[in-house]
Amino acid sequence: MSLTGLAPAPQAAELPLAPVLEPKTFKAPIALSVFWAVACVFTAVTPAGVSTKFELARPTDFVKIPDFAVPSRPSVIVLCLLMLAPLAASWRLANQRRRVGLWLPSAFGVLWVLSFMVWVVAGKTATWTLTILLASALSLSIPLVFGAMTGLVCERVGVINVAIEGQLLAGAFLAAVVASRASNSYAGLIAAPIAGALVGALLAVFAVKYWVDHIIVGVVLNVLVSGLTSYLFSTVLTRDAAHWNHAIQLPVLPIPLLSRIPVIGPVLFRQTLLVYLMYVAVLALNIMVFKSRWGLRLRACGEHPKAADTVGIRVNRTRIRNTILGGAIAGLGGAYFTVASGLAFTKDMSAGKGFIALAAMILGRWNPKGALAAALLFGFAEELAVMLGVMATPIPSNILNMTPYLLTIFAVAGLVGRVRAPAAEGTFYRD
Amino acid sequence: MSDQTLPPVEPDPSPGAAVTPAAADVVSTPAAEAAEAASGTVAKPSQGRPAGQPPAAPPPGRFQLALKEILSGSWVTSVLAVLLAMVVGAVLVAAANPDVQSSASYLFARPSDFFGAVWESVKDAYVAMFQGAVVNFQGQDAVAFIKPITNTLTQATPLIFAGLGLAVGFRAGLFNIGAQGQIILGAIPCAWLGYALHLPPVVHLLVCVLGAMAGGALWGFIPGILKARTGANEVIVTIMLNSVAAFGVSYLLTLDAFQREGSNNPQTPLIDSTAQFPYIFGGRFTTHFGFILALLAAVFTWWLLDRSTLGFRFRALGENPQAARTAGINTNACFIWVMVIAGGLAGLAGAAQVQGTFHYLNSGVAASFGFDAITVALLGRSRPLGTVLAGLLFGGLKAAAPMVQSAAGSSDVVLVLQSVIVLLIAAPPLIRAVFRTPNPERVQALKLAAAAGPGEVAA
Repeated sequence: MSLTGLAPAPQAAELPLAPVLEPKTFKAPIALSVFWAVACVFTAVTPAGVSTKFELARPTDFVKIPDFAVPSRPSVIVLCLLMLAPLAASWRLANQRRRVGLWLPSAFGVLWVLSFMVWVVAGKTATWTLTILLASALSLSIPLVFGAMTGLVCERVGVINVAIEGQLLAGAFLAAVVASRASNSYAGLIAAPIAGALVGALLAVFAVKYWVDHIIVGVVLNVLVSGLTSYLFSTVLTRDAAHWNHAIQLPVLPIPLLSRIPVIGPVLFRQTLLVYLMYVAVLALNIMVFKSRWGLRLRACGEHPKAADTVGIRVNRTRIRNTILGGAIAGLGGAYFTVASGLAFTKDMSAGKGFIALAAMILGRWNPKGALAAALLFGFAEELAVMLGVMATPIPSNILNMTPYLLTIFAVAGLVGRVRAPAAEGTFYRD
Repeated sequence: MSDQTLPPVEPDPSPGAAVTPAAADVVSTPAAEAAEAASGTVAKPSQGRPAGQPPAAPPPGRFQLALKEILSGSWVTSVLAVLLAMVVGAVLVAAANPDVQSSASYLFARPSDFFGAVWESVKDAYVAMFQGAVVNFQGQDAVAFIKPITNTLTQATPLIFAGLGLAVGFRAGLFNIGAQGQIILGAIPCAWLGYALHLPPVVHLLVCVLGAMAGGALWGFIPGILKARTGANEVIVTIMLNSVAAFGVSYLLTLDAFQREGSNNPQTPLIDSTAQFPYIFGGRFTTHFGFILALLAAVFTWWLLDRSTLGFRFRALGENPQAARTAGINTNACFIWVMVIAGGLAGLAGAAQVQGTFHYLNSGVAASFGFDAITVALLGRSRPLGTVLAGLLFGGLKAAAPMVQSAAGSSDVVLVLQSVIVLLIAAPPLIRAVFRTPNPERVQALKLAAAAGPGEVAA
């Protein structure tokens, strides 16, 4: 700078230095305003004089909470007015060039979803059972959370992992086969990460060792796993389903005391071992990625491999190991489809969840907390669509199923915008 | 890595080599270039590397050199990749075969049973694949004899269209996986124009084709404009739009305007005969005019990418977005154009499905063509000619699926073949390691050495 900037430097010194301000961006407030307008439409179309029923606890729960009903139209109006607070705050922050952050949109989102739920079953006999809604949403988001954590580990170390879908599917397949052969659902839970790790190892070998474009390897591995599992399913597994592929379910393990907490107890702590493993994985990654030596090395390889190499980190070895580790995480998530759901394996049963997990990871800005939040959001939206499909609502089921995807596009365009991926993601390194 | 007699061209990688100029060179190269250099498809002269170590062995003779050069060619890599993929497929077919499994239990008592069963199962599968994709030599007449290859052309048509669209995106550095949705969005207006309007023959056909292009282009425009305006990641947006399109077409098919009268299945009325693509080889074969249109689209894509200013900008954007922006290219406008063109091409795949194959619209109109097209574009290395050839190969594998199904129990083995082929073609160093064929970079270096004469090289 001192050499190249000689000529303009004196001029710059003479000019009065006006503070250079970033341009104001109103993307987030505009997006929220659009949602608010939609909520106002709910108000307009909610019939007057009817109510919406909620149920906070099942009759079997430890703490009994009576069902209650709220008058539909006033509730939606109140919720709309409450939404104005975070909306106004977001406009104010954006006008002051400050980041809108995560909490305002989250608060807004909760109110918005509530207003939607009140409107959509207003005056119907259907009841919102919140514990079931949340518990099912949590269970639907298991593969998404595991998949997003995989994407996070792999991309933080510099390997783009599009093969999450394949790793989930491989995990589901091996979990079903091993659990069936051993007649023990926990055996399936042990086998699932091995299958995912194998796919991760293939990704690592081709992407890190043989320098094949990461996205090509990922896409192709998805096809390979889909082909392998589908072929074995149609031949070996179907020929003798009793030995190779029958439905086995992981038992539900309620945690003593914690599972008795009203509402959140049954949702969070009356689950299978897989869900508890998910809590551990998210918590561990959240601390380890940013606070441990392993995490620092991981991020160094993904951000600046040359610098990492200079201080003595074996870049490619770190990449290979962590890509395999990532594969194992997704493989474990794949167990959700078979042993955790109590289903036998079927063709392509991961059904695009790996790609949604990838989207959740990006939506969460390569951060465990953000990825978890995004994955839970997807799971919730999916469960909401399922429940509404059963409830005979005014919206056609196809449109409902479409909504989570549309909302994601809104969120990505309005709230997230330009995200910064790890700098050396998808590159090759010769060490 | 395979040939010990060849002298090492570059210094051996050692731990902590990052500070040496060689490693610094590699790191500063853009990823794409590094990948190409590594994959060895382009035999680059090794001028960028320091001539650190002189070759230890004398340069080989001319004949040896020619042989090495042939063996290091990229088409040899492709052929070997296909062979290796077939071996993998054979293992899978044999392992899943019940006769093989039962004879394996007494393998050591009568090995001939086992190997006979393996041979039978593998032979059946590959003969079925050939008969399903190329020619059926058990056919009763000439029509049955050549029908498989015309089926291959039919299956290849949507793959080529969608693959070309994706290739345009890949060349511009956009990972567009939205072909599936773009095909669906192309098929919807195409079908509607086909049965709702009644126009004279050629005009009607063209109107439908234009409608398909417009529909696909619209679905490409959305991620394009979102990326340009808000920086939204195109991978997420295109994945989401695929799902939106899939649910959207299912919804439309429940509406009266899209429902065929007297049908319980969600499908539209048949499009008018004036809007249908004519069959190229007559009505007894399924190959339709769409295939010719696909070849024209490939020529257009070649012209666009290699001869037009817009294509130059796309490629500049793909190679190095910062440099492109510095050079005054409006990258945001490029994002939009790339996605619109990619969407338009993928929309034509919808036209091929509606106007050529089905003649109506149902929710399965895109099958899995949008996802298969990703592999097609990648296998074709995002080049128009490569995409056409890859489309034909995958079209053949798709056309063979029913025959393979009956011979090998399931047609999914085709997916394994497809993926192993792409994986191996993308990794020439692996092929070289397995078959011990020489590295093109080293062969090039040897040629230079031979031309310069032994004295100069040693100096």
